[in-house]
Amino acid sequence: MVVPAGRTAHEILAEGEQYTDHPLNWSGILENREELSHGSDKFLEVKELWKIFGPKAEDLLQSDLKFSSKQEILDQTGCVVGLRNVSFNVRRGEFFMLMGLSGSGKSTCIRCLLRLIEPTAGHVLVNGEDICAFDKATLMSLRRKTFGMVFQHFGLFPHYTVRDNVAYGLKVGGASRVESYEKAQKAIETVGLKGWEDYLPGSLSGGMQQRVGIARALAKDPEILLMDEPFSGLDPLIRREMQDELVELQDKLHKTIIFVTHDLHEALKLGDRIAIMRDGEIIQLGTPEDVVTSPADDYVREFVQDASPAKILTADRIKEEPSLLIYEWQGPHVVRHLLRAARRQNAFVVSKHHTLLGLVTREGIDDLIKQGAASIKEAILADVPKCEPHTIVEDLFPLATSSHFSIAVTDSAGRFLGVIHDRTILDSMISDREETNND
Amino acid sequence: MTKFPANIQIPLATWVDELMDWILAHWGGFFDALGDILLQVLLYIEKFFLVMPWYVVLILVGLVAWRALGRWWHGLVMAALLFVIGTFGYWRLAMMTLGLVTSAVIISLTIGIPAGILMARNNLVEQLLRPFLDAMQTMPSFVYLIPALMLFGLGKVPAVFATIIYAVPPVIRLTNVGIRQVPQTVLEAAESLGSSSRQILFNVQLPLAFPSIMVGVNQTTMMALSMVVVASMIGARGLGLEVLLAINRIEVGRGFEAGLSIVFLAIIIDRITHALAARQRQFTSH
Ligand SMILES: Nc1ncnc2c1ncn2[C@@H]1O[C@H](COP(=O)(O)OP(=O)(O)OP(=O)(O)O)[C@@H](O)[C@H]1O
Ligand SMILES: [Mg+2]
Repeated sequence: MVVPAGRTAHEILAEGEQYTDHPLNWSGILENREELSHGSDKFLEVKELWKIFGPKAEDLLQSDLKFSSKQEILDQTGCVVGLRNVSFNVRRGEFFMLMGLSGSGKSTCIRCLLRLIEPTAGHVLVNGEDICAFDKATLMSLRRKTFGMVFQHFGLFPHYTVRDNVAYGLKVGGASRVESYEKAQKAIETVGLKGWEDYLPGSLSGGMQQRVGIARALAKDPEILLMDEPFSGLDPLIRREMQDELVELQDKLHKTIIFVTHDLHEALKLGDRIAIMRDGEIIQLGTPEDVVTSPADDYVREFVQDASPAKILTADRIKEEPSLLIYEWQGPHVVRHLLRAARRQNAFVVSKHHTLLGLVTREGIDDLIKQGAASIKEAILADVPKCEPHTIVEDLFPLATSSHFSIAVTDSAGRFLGVIHDRTILDSMISDREETNND
Repeated sequence: MTKFPANIQIPLATWVDELMDWILAHWGGFFDALGDILLQVLLYIEKFFLVMPWYVVLILVGLVAWRALGRWWHGLVMAALLFVIGTFGYWRLAMMTLGLVTSAVIISLTIGIPAGILMARNNLVEQLLRPFLDAMQTMPSFVYLIPALMLFGLGKVPAVFATIIYAVPPVIRLTNVGIRQVPQTVLEAAESLGSSSRQILFNVQLPLAFPSIMVGVNQTTMMALSMVVVASMIGARGLGLEVLLAINRIEVGRGFEAGLSIVFLAIIIDRITHALAARQRQFTSH
């Protein structure tokens, strides 16, 4: 028997024997404890979810055959395993990625979350409530309020204008015309489609159609956003743009997002955590760092090998002009003004010959001004992350994580060449891949 | 040995007679009531066409054709065709035929569209109905006269009844096809937004199936028109009867005029319903 964390063996023994006969009770205790300590960890819980396509799915689950491989089950019973014992938790506000090759069960999984596909067994808990036990009416109101879904092929209503498409979810929920159009308008503006309200979806480009899809999902202000490969159908440039906008949107809206993709770079770029699926099972679940640095098995490793641009790309290729550069002779008030105007917390400082001296922060400058100093020299922090133009991107990772400042690129003489933001590192890998794909 | 042995026989005729007797004995009330309803609808609609002054009908047809076909001179041509029928002296008969066709079509649609919806939403219903629809399509039209005659005798009611039976399959079939053609992702999206199945039907499936349903309406109407001509054999009055009489009396000129009138009616009805169907297709073609 495993002793639960936080409890001594003595405590457990003192509670009597009854638990030892009922192993299920153990899990009950464990769960309660976890819920008490960090309740938001389990905003969405998926527990031992199975989906088997085929006529005798339930019988199959009763038998030991369910432990056989997907192919064996298909050969012997004709049933297709869509999901096999899938469990995971999603935190409130988390960006959760489901990744896997075609046919691995991602779409099945995400559809089970709002029962567009009925799971064969298992539970989906939203805020502690088991939606698999919901009756039709409750399920419908759950779909109307709590969930919004975006589809790979958009699934827009071709006979409705953009406005009516976006307002549809509100209207079926019983909202008045005025109210639903008002909220729809807000959602349309959020995704940047203002001015296109009266067009039919058929006359919009793919990227714009998916914006309509996103607006439609957002219109009812759901807590959970489900996205099934929303950007796969778009060409690479638009895809990247949409990804960036989604990140921006998420910064504002703080939805809980479950995002399906078969593209590792998309997963690394967007996800807080990534679950990797194969043949209906989750074979690894972790942060992007975990997945890249310690792949669970060959399947994941194969995926991750694609991420090799990090080994090829150099700092020189991805460096940018800084949006603000401070010169050592500028006075504290000037610097404070510049930082504010550029909306920056910090900026690099260079000398007359463009040698990098270090970095100043707003707090440092504010302190200087309080002390009445005339020069910013004292506020310059010399110890900033630096790299040379030929440094490969992979080696930038430790630098980027060790400091919360951006990385400065300098030549061997110490002259400042440019800056690399943390985000750029991931972005660059993706863009590089897309460029090579396009050739 | 050229003679088939007389002692080998299947008394099908007796059986059918007995079956009819049985049906009339047990279901007579039902068919009386059914016949009554058909007659009421028929008389009402026929009256509508007969009471209207001829120039009002001309103007109406012209306007509808103009709206549907999109060019003013199309409307003019359609009205002119109708005018020519009048010059043949067949105005009244044409209006009767039109009344019969319209009643048959209206009843066909009220039966056919719901049946098509049912068929689209339930695979079992589809499996049951499909062989019937297939069989009905292969049978020559006058076959339908027989059961109509047996149930209702001679007159307008059996004519409408036979017309309905003959004309209803296309609209059932095309309603079914239209609904089943709605892309799965669109349905899924509607479902994910919390639509009830009724909301999905009325907001998504029917609007998207509309072009297909309109093609069905067009086909049903054309079949009803052709059947109304045949149904004159069991007592439908109108242009069909005129053709039939002309043939019997070998009056070629009269038959030609009546026949041409039917063709003109067919052109008018076909062009208008066809245009309505095609117009709706534009935005759903994506
Ligand atoms: N309605 C269905 N009936 C039978 N089998 C199905 C059905 N839907 C999905 N499957 C099977 O379930 C498995 C998982 O499919 P799913 O669509 O979830 O994969 P996916 O990871 O989304 O793939 P893709 O990247 O191609 O979208 C596949 O083997 C598929 O063939
Ligand atoms: Mg999929």
